[in-house]
Amino acid sequence: MTEPQHGDRAHSPGPSLYPIGFAAGIACILVGLIINPKVIVPIGVVIAVVCGFFWARSATKEFRDEPVAAIEPERGGAREAGAADPGEAAPAAVDAGHRFPRNRFLEGATLGLGGLIGGLVTVPAVGFMIVPAFKGQGYPKVDLGPLENFTEGKWFVTKFFTHPADGEVSHRTAYIRNNGQLNGKPSFTIISNRCAHLGCPVQPNGPVQDNQTKEINLPKGQQVTMIPAIPAGGYGCPCHGGQYDSEGNRVSGPPVRALDRYAFEIVDGHLILGTPYSVSHVKGVGKDALIYKYKLTGPGQHIDGWEQILYPLQPPH
Amino acid sequence: MATATRNKKSARRRQLEAAINYPIDWLEERSGLIGGIRYFLFRKVPGDTGWWHTLGSATLTAFLVQALTGVILAMYYKPDPQNAYQSIQHITNDLTLGWLVRGMHKWGASVFIILMFFHMARVFLFGAYKYPRELNWIIGVTLLAVGMLEGFTGYLLPWDQTAYWATVVGINLNGTAPFLGPFLADFLRGGGEIGTETLARFYSMHMLLIPGLIFALIGLHLYLVIRLGVSSPPWSREAAGSDYDSDQPVTNGRSGLTQPAARSGWRRNGGEG
Repeated sequence: MTEPQHGDRAHSPGPSLYPIGFAAGIACILVGLIINPKVIVPIGVVIAVVCGFFWARSATKEFRDEPVAAIEPERGGAREAGAADPGEAAPAAVDAGHRFPRNRFLEGATLGLGGLIGGLVTVPAVGFMIVPAFKGQGYPKVDLGPLENFTEGKWFVTKFFTHPADGEVSHRTAYIRNNGQLNGKPSFTIISNRCAHLGCPVQPNGPVQDNQTKEINLPKGQQVTMIPAIPAGGYGCPCHGGQYDSEGNRVSGPPVRALDRYAFEIVDGHLILGTPYSVSHVKGVGKDALIYKYKLTGPGQHIDGWEQILYPLQPPH
Repeated sequence: MATATRNKKSARRRQLEAAINYPIDWLEERSGLIGGIRYFLFRKVPGDTGWWHTLGSATLTAFLVQALTGVILAMYYKPDPQNAYQSIQHITNDLTLGWLVRGMHKWGASVFIILMFFHMARVFLFGAYKYPRELNWIIGVTLLAVGMLEGFTGYLLPWDQTAYWATVVGINLNGTAPFLGPFLADFLRGGGEIGTETLARFYSMHMLLIPGLIFALIGLHLYLVIRLGVSSPPWSREAAGSDYDSDQPVTNGRSGLTQPAARSGWRRNGGEG
């Protein structure tokens, strides 16, 4: 792979502005044909003819035996004068330190401007990739239907859509038990089926009465499915064998805490699902239970004990 | 001896050779590409390299198969939660040879990962990661990690129950990394929960972001292989990089560095005319 040898010869004839003027004249004619042929076209013709004449004159200088001004090839300040190319006439020795280092300036300007332009493009693009994942989500309130459907003291496998318009991908399941009245208000235990190990769906350890499935159609496309169940043995995860009691406390296996729960409210006699939260453990059962509540964290993350120092920050939701 | 055989060539044969050489010379003179390709392909390697040394190019071949079949699958696949599963069924059951190309991509993924491990084991057991090739080992390990990420993001795309729950578990595993884990999981999901964003996100990473990264890393990997040469096996009688061809000096003074064959001209013998 040999480098092709280019002699650094000067342009002959030297570059001139006349071709550009000629082109401008032609452009003026073309624009004039559209806008105002009577006034602008003649102006364009004059420009093109004059510039064309001077262009032709300068281009033919050589053949008309007029002296052609030789153009000195440019020499960078950083380059050692005369040392690199013996083929060229060595210009007068110049002390590099006393010249304005134009090469340096151009190098810096190219890098700086290139970096600036690159940054202007990259920063918003990367921001667009990352930031939306952490913003503007929250948890929608989900209408789970009239309270009467939830028989007191019974568990229901309750399936619903967090975003009905998104379809199956927003399908979620909770285990819900009506605990009766507490201080004159209804009390519910609503346990998320998301395993506290790595997020697989936990299943009730006990009969699920599929033949008593109830489908409830609600406004806004919400469809709630309720299946009575008797999780006498608590809940178990099919993926890695985590086991929980029926209040969601970890009994054995890899989970690091109890099952998550949902807050709830009652509006117009309907049970409304609220924000989910994490639970380290639960003391007691049903409406008298003491729940150790924490902000919702991902599966597998400790919320109590010394290990909680490993997860000091949670993304905002 | 070579010249003696050449002189016997008929005029017709010489004409033919000139006709073949003309476009090659034309290209070489203007781009240096032919010399570059020769420099890349016709390198000197130690005499006692064997089948073990082919695992790297086998891995590269597996990756190229993935790239090709992936590009074609992307012409039929629809990366949104409503249509993804159906489009995969369509590819597999309805489209001509779709089952074959999808199968190549699916099984080829495992072949790629397995070959990466075999190649890695060969390099490790031969001690080929030692000076001056440490940097190439590091790039190789990065390639392994990025290749696994490619497998992870591709696993979700069939959008069936296995894919969905495996990805749930995989993302939550990432979420358990200390300190930044929860943010990493949200970044992968495109939010707090697997939703409509997640599939498109994984699709984009699987077919644009990560393959680009892999191509770039493979380029670096090969550059270093060519620059540093291939190492001898541990049982070699020759010292690594020793002079095994008296015609061409192959060492540059530093031990272990095999200098690739001559850089200039694609026809080293000068050819004819």
